Amino acid sequence: MTRSLWISIAILIAVAIAAPLIGSSHIELRRALAGISPDHEIFFYARLPRVLLALLAGAALSLTGVLFQCLLRDPLAEPYTLGISSGGSVGAVIGICFGLPFIGLLSLAGAGAALLIVLWIAFEGRRLSSFTLLLAGVTMNSISLAIVLFLHNLASFSQSFAISRWLMGGLDAVEYSTLAWLAVAVVPVCALVIARSRQWNLLAVGEEWASSRGLSTTTYTVLGYVAGSFLTGIVTSLTGPIGFVGLIVPHALRLKLGADHRMLMPCSFLLGAAFLAVCDTLSRTVIAPTEIPVGVVTALAGGPFFIWLLRSKRRSLWL
Amino acid sequence: MSFHAAALSFSYGLHNAAFELPPSGFVTIAGPNGAGKSTLLGILAGLRHPYKGECLYRGVEIRRWRRLEFSRKVAFLPQSMKLEFPFTAEQVVFMGRAPYADGWFESQEDHAAVARAMSTTDTHAFAARDFRTLSGGEKQRVILASALAQEPETLLLDEPTTFLDLKHQLAMYHLLAGLAKRMLVVAVTHDLNLALRYSDYTIVLDAGRIAAQGRPEDALSPPVIDHVFGVHATLRDGWLTYDA
Repeated sequence: MTRSLWISIAILIAVAIAAPLIGSSHIELRRALAGISPDHEIFFYARLPRVLLALLAGAALSLTGVLFQCLLRDPLAEPYTLGISSGGSVGAVIGICFGLPFIGLLSLAGAGAALLIVLWIAFEGRRLSSFTLLLAGVTMNSISLAIVLFLHNLASFSQSFAISRWLMGGLDAVEYSTLAWLAVAVVPVCALVIARSRQWNLLAVGEEWASSRGLSTTTYTVLGYVAGSFLTGIVTSLTGPIGFVGLIVPHALRLKLGADHRMLMPCSFLLGAAFLAVCDTLSRTVIAPTEIPVGVVTALAGGPFFIWLLRSKRRSLWL
Repeated sequence: MSFHAAALSFSYGLHNAAFELPPSGFVTIAGPNGAGKSTLLGILAGLRHPYKGECLYRGVEIRRWRRLEFSRKVAFLPQSMKLEFPFTAEQVVFMGRAPYADGWFESQEDHAAVARAMSTTDTHAFAARDFRTLSGGEKQRVILASALAQEPETLLLDEPTTFLDLKHQLAMYHLLAGLAKRMLVVAVTHDLNLALRYSDYTIVLDAGRIAAQGRPEDALSPPVIDHVFGVHATLRDGWLTYDA
């Protein structure tokens, strides 16, 4: 089984090296590394930060997908199911409409508020009801969408364009300092989540099942939701909502590796990163110099693949 | 003594129950639908709280037990289990080792315990199969194997034979009666004849109260069945027959 892990690492490394070299204008690695040249500028300031952002975002989103599918015991759950990112969108859109600075931080605040609201709804005494949480998330998504549409309707032409771009989700070259902050926030939380894979296995079966095997289910459930929401909130504050990554990567891997989270989680982390970096490379190159929003690529590349999975011979085992 | 209950009540479903269960043997809990059987079993499993009154396991209130310690002593089998994800039968059994897990991978002892549990339940043949593709009887045996992998001293089962055909019902009860020689087995059941045949002690619940308890032939005597189930029964050669 560890072979899958090594293959995932190899794929990730290959993608991480190749992606920044591919783009609308041809560059050479040797010249890029040598120093001041157009190649250097393109490699280090246009492409590499963007590829790194794609890697971190893809890793966090697909890991969160696995985690939420497990906690909600719903194969269709994804990082956006709980309405965290749509709360984030409300924060960002408010910022855009009122011309406020720090759109990313406002998005993060919106995501945090959304998390608190859905947790408040779903707590019944000292127990957290996953079913209520699911419904609360759906409701949170609808309310947020309504607020976004309302604000969008009032917005000026240029604001409206900015709102649309945000809602599409996309990767842009960000400062290295921002990337460092993102990595410091995302990597340890992901590591903590992956380290608890045996516990997630129990919860993926059911809460009584986990409880009668000695797990403090409420603690782990809340911990899982908070960790996943934190990852989703912080990633979407930089990228906007990028769909499908958190759904397709976990499912494709579950077909290949089975349900054991000790394999599924690390591989989703690694290959989720690679998947989004590949999609981003496609979005930069397919109709260059025009860029396609990466969310469009994940859905267009991932969607047919997903349908193929659904139609493949193992589907009877899978659903 | 394993369980000791006095004035045990639960918000809905159980009133003023009192009983004592031995450290080993086969105990069945019988009664009509909604009589509180599953509630009682859930309290014993530490899954239903807060209960009122006293309910001790080995002299300690169940709510005072640390969950991890408790799960090494008491295993609980749900009536059925619906999985959303493609865990194999063997992975399901390995989950029974969770109370002993102290690392990322399973230990030698974990492997040994799982192998024993799968031999006892005769589940080796479909170890690698997706749990969801197993038949009802196979699923039940895998869940039992997972509970046995916990190496418990007490086994609690919620209607273990509901989804089993006649042959597998008998096989399951035979297996449980064998296990009951070295541990306490408590099973909720609707099949009074199997309770009569295989168990050592029976608690009959009616509308949340204990209507009778004792040796199964006493607790499940025709007058009790008439009173609790509203069915006229005759006991002949150790088997109950019912008048429609």
